[in-house]
Amino acid sequence: MKRIFTLNRHLSQRIGFTAITLMAFATVVPIVATIIYILIQGAPSISLEFLTAYPYDGMRAGGILPAIIGTLYLTVGTAIFSVPLGIAAAIYLSEYASDTPLTRTIRIAIINLAGIPSVVYGLFGLGLFVLFLNFGTSILAASLTLSIMTLPIIISTAEESLRSVPQAFRTVSISLGATRWQTIRRIVLKEALPGILTGVILGLERAAGETAPILFTGAAFFLPRLPGSPFDATMALPYHLFVISTQVPEMPIQIQYGTALVLLVFVLSMNLIATFIRSRARARRQW
Amino acid sequence: MEKSLNWREFIITRLIKASGYSAILFVALIFFFLVREGLPTLGEVELKSLTGTRWYPIEDYFGILPLITGSLIITIGAGLIAVPFGIGTAVYISEIAPRWVREILKPLVELLGGLPSVVLGFLGILVLSPFLRVFLDLPTGLTALAGSILLGAISVPTVVSVAEDALDSVPRSYREGAWALGATRWQTIWRVTLPAARSGVLTAVMLGVGRSIGETMTVMMVTGNAPVLAVKLGSIFSPVRTMTATIAAEMGEVANGSTHYHVLFFIGMVLFLISLAVNIAASSVVFRARKRAERILS
Repeated sequence: MKRIFTLNRHLSQRIGFTAITLMAFATVVPIVATIIYILIQGAPSISLEFLTAYPYDGMRAGGILPAIIGTLYLTVGTAIFSVPLGIAAAIYLSEYASDTPLTRTIRIAIINLAGIPSVVYGLFGLGLFVLFLNFGTSILAASLTLSIMTLPIIISTAEESLRSVPQAFRTVSISLGATRWQTIRRIVLKEALPGILTGVILGLERAAGETAPILFTGAAFFLPRLPGSPFDATMALPYHLFVISTQVPEMPIQIQYGTALVLLVFVLSMNLIATFIRSRARARRQW
Repeated sequence: MEKSLNWREFIITRLIKASGYSAILFVALIFFFLVREGLPTLGEVELKSLTGTRWYPIEDYFGILPLITGSLIITIGAGLIAVPFGIGTAVYISEIAPRWVREILKPLVELLGGLPSVVLGFLGILVLSPFLRVFLDLPTGLTALAGSILLGAISVPTVVSVAEDALDSVPRSYREGAWALGATRWQTIWRVTLPAARSGVLTAVMLGVGRSIGETMTVMMVTGNAPVLAVKLGSIFSPVRTMTATIAAEMGEVANGSTHYHVLFFIGMVLFLISLAVNIAASSVVFRARKRAERILS
């Protein structure tokens, strides 16, 4: 009787572990399969012309240069606004703020910013930047919209990284006569830099891949030339993929897979860089 | 020298504080603009029409009920996929997997979180929905089911990372105590570790659900976009349309300031309030759990 009981316990553990393991692999295998599938399907259409030429014949031929450049512009534009603001907000939360109702409100606000649907950011950008501030459908309006969307990612990862710097570093620096800002800039920020960088890249990765926030704030269906100023609309890789896979009839499948591949490589290489920086920083850390 | 240093310090401190407060400002601004553009709806469209079952803006039918049920059915479907697989994966990574497997799996799951939703939608159109059409013998593969499967995949990383954090923060002594009493690792996971982490796991579920309500591009591309009332169980096999997809698909074509424009902002306002409620609920669960932990440990 007792023997059966123990057997069952271990049998159920065997079954349970197998089930959970299968579940984990059922989650992970499709991710890898998806990436490999797009790599295989998209690779044949990648050529110098595809990466450096303008689309023509109703986008059914040629390259995707304007979309690549547009996504670069949007990513850089997003970084200009969100990186300084996000890091400063993280410094405030980690180094200045004490646990007051105001600080708690800020934290709740950040959590909520992270949860707002991307298309609602698009509506907000349309209401504030495009119409109210009269920036029009432009790189500027789209970048501003994307930067508010990426802000919570940057703030929370940067704050976590700042907090992981041991308190003793600050105490020593202050005791040597440094002011608070000198301590932050020369000691805390320096130590927390890899973590902050990881957060920044992950935030920008999100911005580069998003479509909904730029739909009505800055994305153009088709442009025969590159945008000349921040007040011009621009093509962008994710929006271009959406357009050619749903809006253009008789679109050659090769161009679709090629565009998906370029977008994927753009976004995933940012992800890999972030993962690399983080793991190297962890391995090097001496405290 | 001393003086200029003080000045700089003063200005920088002010700037940093202002940046800290900016998050509140942005949430307020977003809400303000949604209300400003969305609230006129209530004056322009009768409440009876707004809560009707017909969405056909060209003829001034603005019933948002089909859109709400569309969002609901897809979110429930996505939850049914993301919650078990997300928590299962989190348990595997945190409790079962050997160290080297964990080091591989964690970045891979994060990678899924980084995949642009438009790429998943693209594959949904080309791979998943033709497969579903043939496999289930449906008139079209662009259904609520396709949306649910892809949304499930999109919310899995959120569920995994939050739930894994929660499991990770359960003190090792809890597990050791259970093992010492003769429990197997499996019994320990189910009766000790998971219950101890339940508030974090609950947060993971809520944030995952929040993620799927707000997802836009994927659902717009794969759900067929038919604004029909989805109340039957079979609706999962037919095309539906969500609130997010409606905004994304129609906002580009409406005249600024028209009734249709106001109604789309109104839907955005509803989405904003839903995500606000979900996130405040999720963070208050964590907050309560922390209080309880402090009480027990002190």
